[in-house]
Amino acid sequence: MKLIFGVIFQRLALSLVTIFLVSIVIFSSVTLLPGDFAKSILGQSATPETVAAFQRELGLDRPPVERYLEWIGRVAQGDLGDSFASGAGYQRSVAEVIGPRLGNTLFLAAITAVIAVPLALALGVAAALYRNSWFDRTVNATSLSTISFPEFFVAYILMLIFAVNLRLLPSLANVGPETPLDERLVKTLLPAMTLALVIIAHMLRMTRASIIALLASPYVEMARLKGVSRRRVILKHVLPNAWAPIVNIIAFNLAYLIVGVVVVEAVFVYPGVGQLMVDSVQTRDIPVVQGCALIFAATYIFLNLAADVIAIATNPRILHPR
Amino acid sequence: MTDAPASAAAAVAAVPPKRTAWRRLRKAPFTAWFGFAVILFYAVLALFAPAIAPHGESQTFDIPYDVWAVEPRLVWADLGPLSLPYWLNFEATGSMHWLGTDQIGRDMLSRLIYGARNTVGIALVTTLLAFFIGGTLGILAAVVGKGWFEIVLNRAVDVLMAIPSLIFALMLLSTFGSSLLNLVLIIAVLDATRVFRLARAVAMNVAVMEYVEAARLRGEGLAWIMRKEILPNVMPPLVAEFGLRFCFVFLTIAALSFLGVGIQPPLADWGSMVRENATLITYGDITPLLPAGAIALLTIGVNFVVDWFLNETSGLRDGQ
Amino acid sequence: MASNPPPKPGDPVLLDIRDLRIEGESEDVWSPIVKGVSLKVKRGRVLGLIGESGAGKSTIGIAGMGYVRGGCRFTGGEIWFDGVNLRTLNERQLDRMRGNRVSYVAQSAAAAFNPAWRLMDQIVEVALIHGVMNRAEAERRAVELFRKLKLPEPETIGRRYPHQVSGGQLQRAMTAMALAPRPDLVVFDEPTTALDVTTQLDVLAAIKEAIEDEGAAAIYITHDLAVVSQIAHEIMVLRHGETVEWGPTEEIISRPKKPYTQALVSLRAFRKEEAPPAPPAPLLSVEGVTAAYGGAVTVLHDVSLALETGKTLAIVGESGSGKSTMARVVTGLLPPVSGAVRFAGAALPPRLKDRTKDQLRDLQLIYQMPDVAMNPRQTVEEIIGRPLTFYFGTKGAERARRVHQLLDQIELPRALATRLPTELSGGQKQRVCIARALAAKPKLIICDEPTSALDPLVAEGILRLLVGLQREEGLSYLFITHDIATVRAIADEVAVMFKGRVVRSGPLETALAPPFDDYTDLLLKSVPEMTPGWLEGALASRRMEGAGQ
Repeated sequence: MKLIFGVIFQRLALSLVTIFLVSIVIFSSVTLLPGDFAKSILGQSATPETVAAFQRELGLDRPPVERYLEWIGRVAQGDLGDSFASGAGYQRSVAEVIGPRLGNTLFLAAITAVIAVPLALALGVAAALYRNSWFDRTVNATSLSTISFPEFFVAYILMLIFAVNLRLLPSLANVGPETPLDERLVKTLLPAMTLALVIIAHMLRMTRASIIALLASPYVEMARLKGVSRRRVILKHVLPNAWAPIVNIIAFNLAYLIVGVVVVEAVFVYPGVGQLMVDSVQTRDIPVVQGCALIFAATYIFLNLAADVIAIATNPRILHPR
Repeated sequence: MTDAPASAAAAVAAVPPKRTAWRRLRKAPFTAWFGFAVILFYAVLALFAPAIAPHGESQTFDIPYDVWAVEPRLVWADLGPLSLPYWLNFEATGSMHWLGTDQIGRDMLSRLIYGARNTVGIALVTTLLAFFIGGTLGILAAVVGKGWFEIVLNRAVDVLMAIPSLIFALMLLSTFGSSLLNLVLIIAVLDATRVFRLARAVAMNVAVMEYVEAARLRGEGLAWIMRKEILPNVMPPLVAEFGLRFCFVFLTIAALSFLGVGIQPPLADWGSMVRENATLITYGDITPLLPAGAIALLTIGVNFVVDWFLNETSGLRDGQ
Repeated sequence: MASNPPPKPGDPVLLDIRDLRIEGESEDVWSPIVKGVSLKVKRGRVLGLIGESGAGKSTIGIAGMGYVRGGCRFTGGEIWFDGVNLRTLNERQLDRMRGNRVSYVAQSAAAAFNPAWRLMDQIVEVALIHGVMNRAEAERRAVELFRKLKLPEPETIGRRYPHQVSGGQLQRAMTAMALAPRPDLVVFDEPTTALDVTTQLDVLAAIKEAIEDEGAAAIYITHDLAVVSQIAHEIMVLRHGETVEWGPTEEIISRPKKPYTQALVSLRAFRKEEAPPAPPAPLLSVEGVTAAYGGAVTVLHDVSLALETGKTLAIVGESGSGKSTMARVVTGLLPPVSGAVRFAGAALPPRLKDRTKDQLRDLQLIYQMPDVAMNPRQTVEEIIGRPLTFYFGTKGAERARRVHQLLDQIELPRALATRLPTELSGGQKQRVCIARALAAKPKLIICDEPTSALDPLVAEGILRLLVGLQREEGLSYLFITHDIATVRAIADEVAVMFKGRVVRSGPLETALAPPFDDYTDLLLKSVPEMTPGWLEGALASRRMEGAGQ
């Protein structure tokens, strides 16, 4: 057991180091700002005084290390700074802006995962089990096409079919804080379906590939020569060895979800973090962009950490050391 | 993408002799041939866009959102609560433009054709740049082996990869601004991290081979080892990866353009064209799906070819 | 053949394979692997299948279970097992037979056991899926077999996972798995090839006792004639997918009829000619070298060796003895922690990058695996020509001429110059590697097990070539090997290594003659011989020594 905790602790520490380094990268993207940044934000008509004041407000006149330490100290307390969009007498903190939208995005991601993960794993295992059958070929060609589609293509096709032509679902997912759960579900369904389609395709291909790779192991041939049926070989001999790759696949795809969410939220005007980030990029609201990036990166790192830990915890070599 | 390095690494082992390459190609499945045909079609469009397109790239006409010259119309059956389409009619509309015009009256077909040149060209340049950076560093890291150079590079790549690339790109574009050069450089550097990982992994498999040790023992320099001993032996997986990375870059740039921070007007670009005409969808007009479909078709084509290539070179087989 | 009546269930002949034909696919071309082989295995008897790699022995062995590997297919013949032609059965019927009535022991037990299952679960699985025993009975049976196969802690070893058990023990556990359901026939596919020579003896003896005790028939596949002669009642010699000779073991060993079999049997008789006495001229001396990997694991402890010009120093030892590390220290790939290497009268810089081009040129290396020792993307001419260009600046027509000379010297046709390594056979590849080393005009060639991956006859050819080149060019060899027969054939001086130390060294005649130290004694006694009853004798002497201690 000691070994396991040692290895897990090591991964945890590594993730913390990575988050720390990521925060430096995200922070320095502000420090790297080109000189005329203030001008491009304030407009060409800005006087030198207002530009200087703006730079002072951003702290651009102080040494970067000092500014970073101050920033990371506040971030650690949950304070991501103020949005540029806040005007005089109208202070809006980044946390305030992101908060409700993060809830929406997590809701969308959760629904997608609930639809996609079981379906993808089942299809992937089935395709590996009936390899080279018509079922496998169909699944293979379909999923290969689906991963080739840009998310917005899938999104608009689904919108055209289900919202415009069949009029079954709303084309816009404009949920608000007061939207009741049933209405929220209906409105979230199209974005969730779009994301699920893309992710299922990715995930089932990876599942199939990792199971087929394991099928080439000598212990599989041994099992066949013991008289173990094909089905039992996959379910009992291959799957227990497939947990690590499968967990990795799930984590990878949930992380991919984060990226997909940006585009899909934009198509369906879903008020999530992705949409917020795109808007902020266009208005160059740097503190909000930083906040969103930090949240996306942290989620991504956390998912990979979780996958690592599960993979370690299911590895017999680490679980039962010599 | 986790499956790509594994299968690509398997491709290192199987070095198909040149002689059989053509025969393998002839026996390629329909999907691979379809893929080759699609790629060829796009290449022709991109190279000869000015000759093929009926109008100029940013030439405007009087009627914005003009309809197609021949309009497809669905015929609907009313089934109580649901209505379902059961027939497709075509009506001549008298429009001067085969596929109508966009929101400021530019010929849609011409912009689609020029888009092949811009969108595909930019993605190709970006991918090449990413491969040059990532491939060189990856092979170098594998050959140099353990040491500060490898540690620093690996750590840096880990950190860059810990931020999803679309998110990272969005962040950097917001600080540097969305110029074409910035776009290409940012995506290339971010994507180079993925190339680095794969190139290093496959090059490490080759670098432990005894022929590389033999070259070292002979006293060969770093450049010789990288160029003559490693590079030829990591080509098959890198070629496959090039296809996959191209698709990824292509889709990323399309997504950024669709979000409005990628390729900027007046360049005709498929991602932006989808965004500019998106509202038409709500009226049941499929025009915005055309540039999106153009993106999808090329990606499918490339993926089909890569899939065939990987299958050929990994050679997984089943007992009975 | 066709007029033979089909066997009936209960016949004394258990397995009757008739005119078996199997094809294999590579690059979309099907070519025959097994070309009409017929064999019979009687109940309770052991048939040894022997041949070089590519002889089809393994394919024939598992065909006895009605199985062909991926990329292969049956194209003809009948496989009668106890009155049933396996080729007429469907997959479900075959599944019911496999593991139950015919079972299999794979070459690498470490890979053939499922890493995620405990050993016991894998062993009882066979009995459970075939419904021949309940779990408690199956576990009792497994423990009984563990005991019979002399596994340590027979009661509890089944609770371990494969990675927690050593290679030799895994191979016994796999034999237990094969024997557990009391099969009529067991197919052993090179079960001791991957093991060290001292471990091999124990496993071989355990297998032999167990199958005799259980009364099972067996097919024993190996490339080592001495091994098979200790365990089989009959031997079939295979080559290129065809039967060369088939007869009782005694017959094959002492009165082989076919030239190929005769060559196999007399293989170990090769000896280097006595060199004319020459004044001693020290070339290489290793002085008190201690080496460690990663600065932590010490693999060489204060090793000293000396080699004279024109002589061969053989370093023998099992895996983990440090013999390959020795080569890495001499080549400069692994700078030692302490000690020095002197070469041709001068100290050799410990690091590769500090050595001069001439020092690098003087010292060449031949590897164990010629497949990975040559860049698969370079032609033979490029491979042999590179040292010529690199060290001597030879280019163009002059280089081509030298390459042809070298090809003549290693007895390969000049036409091979344009080939890629993948188009050559194993022996040809090793010859090209030798030519590459020769091209540098070295003083010393380090040979790191150059023949152990090759088939016996091919290996002998390589040894003869090396000995001939030594005579012509006055070369010195540092020859690393685990094979005593090879040492006897080529060495002038011998150093026996064990756990990072030289336990014995001296001229061939005295080093490998009694009185021995304990380890050399064990090593020499473990090398299989063809003499009938050798296995029992070796074991008995080992037990006596064990009792005496």
